[in-house]
Amino acid sequence: MTTPTAALVAYKQKRRLTRSRSIKPWYRNGSLMAGIIIVGLLVLVAVLAPVLAPYNPITQNLEDAIQSPSPAHWLGTDQFGRDVLSRLIWGAQVDLRVGFLAVFIPFVIGSTLGAIAGYFGGWLDTILMRIVDTFFAFPFYVMVIVLVFVFGSGESSIYIAIATVSWVSYARIVRGEVLIAKKQDYVVAARLGGMSHARILVRHIGPNVLSQAIIYAMSDIVMDIMAIVTLGYLGLGIAPPTAEWGSMINDGQQFITTQWQLATIPGLVVVVTSLGLSWLGDGLSDLLSPERRK
Amino acid sequence: MLHRLRFIPGRLVQSIPVAIGVTIIVFFMARLLPGNPALALLGQHATKASVAALSKQLGLDQPLWQQYLIFLGRLFQGNLGTSITYQMPVTQELAQAIPVTLSLLGLALLLSLVISIPLAALAAFRPGGARDLGVRGFTLLGQGMPQFWLGIMLILLLAVGVRAFPVGGYGETAGDHFYYLFLPALTLGITMCPTIIRSLRSSMINVLESEYVGTAKSKGSYGAALFRGHVLRNAAIPTVSVIGVNLGFLVGGSLVIEKVFALPGLGSMMINAIFTRDFPTIQGVTLFVAFFVVVVGILTDVVYTILDPRVDLSSKERA
Repeated sequence: MTTPTAALVAYKQKRRLTRSRSIKPWYRNGSLMAGIIIVGLLVLVAVLAPVLAPYNPITQNLEDAIQSPSPAHWLGTDQFGRDVLSRLIWGAQVDLRVGFLAVFIPFVIGSTLGAIAGYFGGWLDTILMRIVDTFFAFPFYVMVIVLVFVFGSGESSIYIAIATVSWVSYARIVRGEVLIAKKQDYVVAARLGGMSHARILVRHIGPNVLSQAIIYAMSDIVMDIMAIVTLGYLGLGIAPPTAEWGSMINDGQQFITTQWQLATIPGLVVVVTSLGLSWLGDGLSDLLSPERRK
Repeated sequence: MLHRLRFIPGRLVQSIPVAIGVTIIVFFMARLLPGNPALALLGQHATKASVAALSKQLGLDQPLWQQYLIFLGRLFQGNLGTSITYQMPVTQELAQAIPVTLSLLGLALLLSLVISIPLAALAAFRPGGARDLGVRGFTLLGQGMPQFWLGIMLILLLAVGVRAFPVGGYGETAGDHFYYLFLPALTLGITMCPTIIRSLRSSMINVLESEYVGTAKSKGSYGAALFRGHVLRNAAIPTVSVIGVNLGFLVGGSLVIEKVFALPGLGSMMINAIFTRDFPTIQGVTLFVAFFVVVVGILTDVVYTILDPRVDLSSKERA
């Protein structure tokens, strides 16, 4: 499980502790390749869902309800007779889409505010960081669950809820990076050369600090997928007939004694997804910030 | 000793803006709800008269900042409103649920340490070795598992398969409680492990490379004695702050886990409240949890200072 704070701590430690390795071309980077293959396959499955899924994921077929795996239904059927494999495949579309899309808004808002706070400092920085501290007081799931309730159910309120909670991590990371970057010679030189603050921030500091935010974004995607799956499990996520991994686990839990695969397999898919994304993130961090490896 | 705790008043003052911010956010959550907040507080079945009365009582006809002050005033009196579903004060509801969640958290933390310390030591004694890789695999997996799913898997293995533990519930006596809490606490503890292991492992590696461990070794200390006497205590210090920072996460996780195991704690209270649209209860739980996280943050700093004589938080470096 990853949380903003856990991911933040992990990320800081990783930055400090990555051991020295010789610079390798990207395709020789094991975790990057493993990540690309797993995530690539999952995305492919999600995109090709209409072609790959053997059955319709939503149409009910009560005569075939709760079947064990068989040649006709490789992973069996659920309580409405829907093919579990087909629902898993279509679920990839929903869960991956939410995971990837939910990252963008907090990334942009958090990075921008963090960069401004770090660059200009002073009271602006103090106020922004107090706001960030306040948001950090709310545990991730508490805030997301309450906000989904407040904004009403549906995919768009999930995006808003996740954005409201997770921009703070980006703000902290980028602020820290900007604090270091703004003392570097190239920034001082640019300033002496008469460049405006906006231009320095966007053209010179931006590219140098964003790689850390991108690396964090990879673990954030995992967290967002966990959030959407958890919301689905609690019955607060994407509305029921749509195939979604979390609600599939919830549906399967009541048949745990007879058809254990119903709850187990969607969870395993989530595990594989987050493993792939973690490896992709590790690989990217090697690639994006080689100078951090001491 | 005491002079190093001088930072506490300052730290308390520092957390005042955060506490105020928390109340502002919780206050505005009610305003974000569609429709009249009085209606949201009273529920869908409220009569027109009672909505009008509460609107007046809450001062909904007054400017927003005055409404906020009224909200704050009620908060200081310990008044969190009345639960719509149970028609009793939210504070009373909280008082019943908090012990359950706190015992779950405590037991989870304990189990997490029991699992993490040996694994971290195993990994740290030869970084890059086979054991290190194995532990790394465990942390990767632990990170990738949805908490509630791990809970269901443990139910499947230890409650349905082996029948060693109950599937859910809380039991009647204190002994029962411990027995019923074990599986949910184990679930929560395992999900906490990756963070603790990673922190402990890296600080253990640092400690093992230090000169004082070299000295201890040259004086003949080895194995468990070396580990207990010299390595663990020093490596534990940074981990304390990591745990403190992540206790908020543990609280959030416990809410979901309670739902899986049908424990009558804060999480079940909140999620049930969500489904019955019982807004005062949601507000109460959210406020309590956020304040809990703030207080834990302060306590972490205190423990940190007590454990490590070198830390002096009253010095300037922190500001």
